[in-house]
Amino acid sequence: MKGEPVEAGDPERDRLDRWRRERLAADHARVPPRRERFRTLSGLPIEDLYTDDDLADLDPARDLGLPGEFPYTRGVRASMYRGRPWTIRQVAGFGQAEDTNARYRYLLAHGETGLSTDFDLPTLLGHDSDHPVFSREVGKIGVAIDTIEDAHALFADIPLDRISTSLTINASAAVLLAMYRVVGEERGIPGDALTGTIQNDILKEYTAQNEYIFPPGPSVRLVVDSMAWSAEAMPRFNPVSVSGYHIREAGATAPEELGLTIAAGLTYLEGARDRNIDPDFVAPRLSFFLDIHNDFLEEIAKFRAARRLWAGLVRDRIGCRRPESLLFRVHAQTAGVSLTAQQPLNNIARVAIQALAGVLGGVQSLHTNSLDEAYTIPSEDAIKVAVRTQQILLHESGVADVTDPLAGSFYIERRTNDLEREARALIDRIDAAGGLVAAITSGMAGQIIADSSWEQQIALESGDRTIVGVNAFQDAAEAPLPIEPFRLDPGVLERQLARLAAVKRERDAVRVDASLAEVRRAADDPGVNLMPAIEAAVRARATIGEICGTLREAWGEFRPPVVF
Amino acid sequence: MSEAHVSGTPRNRIKVVVAKPGLDGHDRGAKVIARALRDAGMEVIYTGIFQSPESIVLTVLQEDAQVLGISSLAGAHLEYTTEIIRRLREEGMGDVLVLVGGTIPTADAATLREAGVGGVFGPGTPTAQVVAFIEEHAPRIEDRVSRPWTT
Repeated sequence: MKGEPVEAGDPERDRLDRWRRERLAADHARVPPRRERFRTLSGLPIEDLYTDDDLADLDPARDLGLPGEFPYTRGVRASMYRGRPWTIRQVAGFGQAEDTNARYRYLLAHGETGLSTDFDLPTLLGHDSDHPVFSREVGKIGVAIDTIEDAHALFADIPLDRISTSLTINASAAVLLAMYRVVGEERGIPGDALTGTIQNDILKEYTAQNEYIFPPGPSVRLVVDSMAWSAEAMPRFNPVSVSGYHIREAGATAPEELGLTIAAGLTYLEGARDRNIDPDFVAPRLSFFLDIHNDFLEEIAKFRAARRLWAGLVRDRIGCRRPESLLFRVHAQTAGVSLTAQQPLNNIARVAIQALAGVLGGVQSLHTNSLDEAYTIPSEDAIKVAVRTQQILLHESGVADVTDPLAGSFYIERRTNDLEREARALIDRIDAAGGLVAAITSGMAGQIIADSSWEQQIALESGDRTIVGVNAFQDAAEAPLPIEPFRLDPGVLERQLARLAAVKRERDAVRVDASLAEVRRAADDPGVNLMPAIEAAVRARATIGEICGTLREAWGEFRPPVVF
Repeated sequence: MSEAHVSGTPRNRIKVVVAKPGLDGHDRGAKVIARALRDAGMEVIYTGIFQSPESIVLTVLQEDAQVLGISSLAGAHLEYTTEIIRRLREEGMGDVLVLVGGTIPTADAATLREAGVGGVFGPGTPTAQVVAFIEEHAPRIEDRVSRPWTT
């Protein structure tokens, strides 16, 4: 690595010095550097050249290993895409369950291989569709789910024993996880046939995505409860997807995204250990979700660094022994924040480049953004281009036919080392601050993200960073958007309210009340796993608002410090 | 109003409430705007997320702000903004300059302006443009209706 002392008279260093002095300087005498300083999107300096000098400390057997072997730098599976390609998983959700179910069928008909659900904000925050203020947001940015009946409609005729499903929900995730299990049960599908992932990563909500309800303490307990419950009730389902995506989108750099994500994963495993749950019992089903931003090479290195850093920490710090516990299995999504409203067709090119970085980085599952995704529910035409982009990568580009092809690249390996080192330093800082929960409640974690976000804004406005179509190559006149903003059918709210009312009318009210009382008892006893009580309430047709309302009464609501 | 208040004194600083109505948690833009306005010398109150129209109007009232910036990236901008403007007018705060930022479809921007929104700023707007707009269009303190509860 650079910065290591190089002995005087080192012939390699002499050769490089001469090259810089004679060749490079001569070139730049004629053609000056395009910029004063070259830096990655995350602000890491980029030298004029990388050579084997940068890899002096790299021991390939120790630091890279082979695919499917510790430290997993080269991939979590030996066969990688030569066996099973990554899952093409586009997130979808709007309106009522039936509307989203129709979108699922469209996606599956066009070659998508896994489902992914976005929920509306009332559902995400544990409110029913008939909430007096928030009913205005029903069905807007995702699908509205109030009771198990909505969940049945969402997955109607989808073979849940063959198609894996991702549920993008956090604060109220325990309720949706129970609903998924109960949908399977009521359709006669055993729990061990259900596959998929629920995001259920509450910690990044406090710093990045802002969909939290309860204070961090009980929230982390709920995550640990769902991990332990899921490992038995639906052992092939991933009960947590530890997410850096939102942290990055909120403005963090790549190393901050990595550091905060891995710190969260460690917090959940330590939470399990503190409750006398064997980390090796739950760690194999922890999965991850990262962003793929614009800096192509930095992003490839990020995925490689993530695998190595996670494997080492889970083995050495948590003490896991099962190889499956050490795998950083990751879903990735191209960067929504990189999409531009200006000249939106350019987004197709951005997404393709980002998706390529994800594939070269060895992701297990991929969402490619639709060109209109930053500001509307994607149109079917736009989402088709996004799916086709993945199919072109898989079937035409050849990059899926070889595993970790960039290993050994001076630059990629050096950058992999840099990102691992920077992320590890951030984890150390968080530890010194008392852990991630303390760093969240003090505002420290939020401030880190806000500061990086601000620096990027400055870089953009000063012209230091170019965004095509936004601060360079703008169109003279604002062209009309070649996209039709999504319009929610205004009848959605009315129909959803009617269904909710019907469920409430027809259910056994005594059984609902008893099940909610049981949720409350379990919430008050931190030694108990809450999931069985939540599952029983779901089965009794209690609403998400009633279940989360009961937990609100027990735990209160959380407001983190406002930092900007 | 004396000459001493013309420029630079705290009494004359433009006061802006930056608000996030509803359940939308996308606050990167709101925070960047809050910081840019603060750096431009304005007094900024950021409400944080999960605000109801009622609580936002209450904040504007209590702070006696001249400007309200509403940030929305979750599609509920029409519903919340129109209610906020109605409530502002009911409270005698109809002169507050209301701005909306976020992912607002072109057609909705026109609807918002008709409803009384002074400016709509989409993704990629330079913060300097927002600062300049506020400096030009914010109601001047000396023009404001005198309110018994302010000094």
